[in-house]
Amino acid sequence: MKKPKFNEINKGVRKVDGLGLAVGQSRFTDDYEMPGMLHAKLLRSPYAHARIKAIRTGKARALPGVVAVFTYKDVDRIPITTAGQGYPEPSPYDEFILDNKVRFVGDKVALVAAETVEIAEEALKLIEVDYEVLPAVLDPRKAMQANAPIIHDEKDCYIDIPVPYEPEKNRVARVDASVGDVKEGVKQAAMTVEDEFENQTASHSALEPHCALSWLDDNGRLVIISTTQVPFHARRIVSRALKIPVRRIRIIKPRLGGGFGGKQEILLEPYVGLITLRTGRPVKMRLTRREVFISARVRHNMITKVQVAAKKDGELTAIDLYALSNTGPYGTHGLTVASNVGTRTLPMFKCPNLHFSSDVVYTNLSVSGAYRGYGGTQGILATAIAMDDLAERLGMDPMDFYLKNVIRGGTEVPILKELGEGPVIGQPHIGSCELAACIKAGAEAIGWKKKRGRPGGGRFRRGMGMSIMMQGSSIPYIDMASAFIKINDDGSFNLLMGATEIGQGSDTVLAQIAAEVLTVATDKIIVYSSDTDLTPFDVGAYASSTTYLSGMAVKDAAEKVKRQILEVGAHLLQAPMARVHLSKGRVIGPDKKSVTLQQIGTHALYEEDQFQISASASRISHESPPPFAAHFVEVEVDRATGKVRILEYVQAVDCGTLINPVLARGQALGALINGISYALVERYIYSSRGECLNPNYGYYNIFCTRDIPKITTIFVPSYEPTGPFGAKSVGEICISGPLPAISNAIYDAVDVRLHRTPFTPDKVLEAVQARERG
Amino acid sequence: MEIILTVNKQSRKVEVRPAETLLDLLRRLGYKSVKYGCGEGACGACTVIMDGRPVNSCLILAVTVDGREVTTVEDLGTIQKPHLLQSAFVESGAVQCGFCTPGMIMAAKALLDRNPSPSEDEIKEALDGNLCRCTGYVQIIEAVRLAARRMKAEKKKN
Repeated sequence: MKKPKFNEINKGVRKVDGLGLAVGQSRFTDDYEMPGMLHAKLLRSPYAHARIKAIRTGKARALPGVVAVFTYKDVDRIPITTAGQGYPEPSPYDEFILDNKVRFVGDKVALVAAETVEIAEEALKLIEVDYEVLPAVLDPRKAMQANAPIIHDEKDCYIDIPVPYEPEKNRVARVDASVGDVKEGVKQAAMTVEDEFENQTASHSALEPHCALSWLDDNGRLVIISTTQVPFHARRIVSRALKIPVRRIRIIKPRLGGGFGGKQEILLEPYVGLITLRTGRPVKMRLTRREVFISARVRHNMITKVQVAAKKDGELTAIDLYALSNTGPYGTHGLTVASNVGTRTLPMFKCPNLHFSSDVVYTNLSVSGAYRGYGGTQGILATAIAMDDLAERLGMDPMDFYLKNVIRGGTEVPILKELGEGPVIGQPHIGSCELAACIKAGAEAIGWKKKRGRPGGGRFRRGMGMSIMMQGSSIPYIDMASAFIKINDDGSFNLLMGATEIGQGSDTVLAQIAAEVLTVATDKIIVYSSDTDLTPFDVGAYASSTTYLSGMAVKDAAEKVKRQILEVGAHLLQAPMARVHLSKGRVIGPDKKSVTLQQIGTHALYEEDQFQISASASRISHESPPPFAAHFVEVEVDRATGKVRILEYVQAVDCGTLINPVLARGQALGALINGISYALVERYIYSSRGECLNPNYGYYNIFCTRDIPKITTIFVPSYEPTGPFGAKSVGEICISGPLPAISNAIYDAVDVRLHRTPFTPDKVLEAVQARERG
Repeated sequence: MEIILTVNKQSRKVEVRPAETLLDLLRRLGYKSVKYGCGEGACGACTVIMDGRPVNSCLILAVTVDGREVTTVEDLGTIQKPHLLQSAFVESGAVQCGFCTPGMIMAAKALLDRNPSPSEDEIKEALDGNLCRCTGYVQIIEAVRLAARRMKAEKKKN
């Protein structure tokens, strides 16, 4: 593999927005204020499923300081989806900004705008609601039963794309895709393992709660600053929800305090927009942490069933994977997360017979949506535990089993044609793939062969586990990114783009790409993202698309600007275009004479035949090159308490060229710790009425510094030919490995397989004791 | 009621509302680096140093801070002249979204003020009340170690 030489790429350039954040200068949505600003609050449902029989707002309206109160009677009834995805939208239009029905504990009932937050909260208490409480669906397994209450019995919900949508059965979507013949594959096998798993609901827990602030600009247009991962989708959805044209809306994304998929949802923008349009006044709405837990989105809880079959020598002959996905009462990302359970799992294996199917069902529990990992997490949980089991039954080390079965680079992947979100042109294939190298490197680093299968005796037992995973890089033929670059008279550049920095470092990585092409230091690139008035379109920060797809758009725009620079440079040097080149910020002519970018910028803007050196470029992706990873973990299980302690974790990752090794490592580590925290401690606890009982950090529990084990992150050398300077994505992938790796390690330690996450002491202890009882 | 509060070495007379928290007061006075993350002392995003100790400003009633001295991250450094902790955070990759960063840096500052060469366990213990969802903490711990080394070296030089 060739190793190209770079100047600004593959360098730990400081995050371009880092110092502003570290000194407290940067402003997040909640840090903006407008004169005369109102504050908005939503009244939320105490019931999982109920109809509003009557609602009286007179007392609330009469409270001094209350400016407006809205119920479903005061707004147009327009079915929308809050999922910030492409258009036409793959999520059903099954939600209304305010409705006469509530579908989960925390669903919106009424909206209040007041002079202060305290008055708004006081007003909520004065709204009188008569509910007709309806039976609720609190178990996804029961959602499609004949006698189940119908969550969307209204006639006006629908989906805008040609896929099955059956709200009358509480079914949001179905997926069914296969290649080969699974039954035939099972027949050929010497060993088959069938098993069932369930992963829990989880909160993204971005430290910054959702917030939005809106006002009318000088021309009466609606401006919204919001905590969004998807400014352009937000604009489109606000336009639909409030029945105003896109041209009357501007969405500005400031610094964002983390997203992880949780801010790929248009949760607040329509409400502040509504208030501003009706009252003419600026208004801010910020969720409390409790509101984030109960009313923002969560990871899809799924029940996954898997069958894996292999010949005696370990060669896989069939994989059959099924997911029953609990999307909650609104189908946001229902179909697409479910299809990704297959997409992010099955392509890893050289197996001729594959089948994936899924039912996505409504329940009256938390609303599920996009969450880092996006179905891959659920798919890998099932397959990687079942394969660990299968390898053991065949008398094989799982590492050797994987090395025998995983794909290598340059492979066609027919299952992706069946499972893709968009049109697939040609035979989908995987270019770069160093998964086998990841497995070898990770195993070597943790001492897999030496330590595995040696639990020791006594109360504390040790175990080793592994898993493999993949993600994508953008959604092919659907996602689009664009960028605009212009030169300034000092030879610096403005890079304006819709690509959405949410903390992951895209402003920096994309500036590095522009700097590499323009042969300048990254600090010569001034980045602005994202603002629907000022930056060109980008789908936003999701689907692991930014480095790969927005990166290509930035690279193309920079190449175009470079051509104009060379033209001006050649003119100034009186040399033919073919004889000049750009190097270290200078255009150099045949006789070594050169002009600086400052001279070129100044000349073009002020001196002769003036024009703006600038260009924009757009890209769609034709492929979604997957990053790959192998995870290895050593755990210690306390047989007396069931507590699982991570002793060491090693992750080996293939994400192509590292544009910025420091930031790439941060993505891998952040995703990993979120994944381990999810595997061991995080969970929603619901009452028998469907109410979340632990809507706070204290009882929901996420990892803190003291929980961090010894971690080694290895980046395996890799180069993706279709990516910008060889890069693929790294944002999501590493969140998916811990669930199965830890479950497999627990098995190695104490001989019990855990099927339901998280692996809390009570579950581990129960399994250990059940095994001892025989 | 009226209290006298010193924020970032500046003493000021301020009118506080009955149920107002120190977090709300500081934000109202323009110290926007102090963040609301949970409002119940569980996330540390609102950490400031009060009379030398790191505190969750969301748990403190503003009326009780009469005569106290509060430091926020704005007092440590600027973009042009950052504090060694601030530059170490950026270099180490300890800043991703940066929402937890001001609180995290104040907790780290309080630690280094009383213990200039903390062990890894001591760093973990001192930052235990500050949640971060982006980084997985590893690079934050590395940043505090780097800053501690540099601060010691600088002290030696002077």
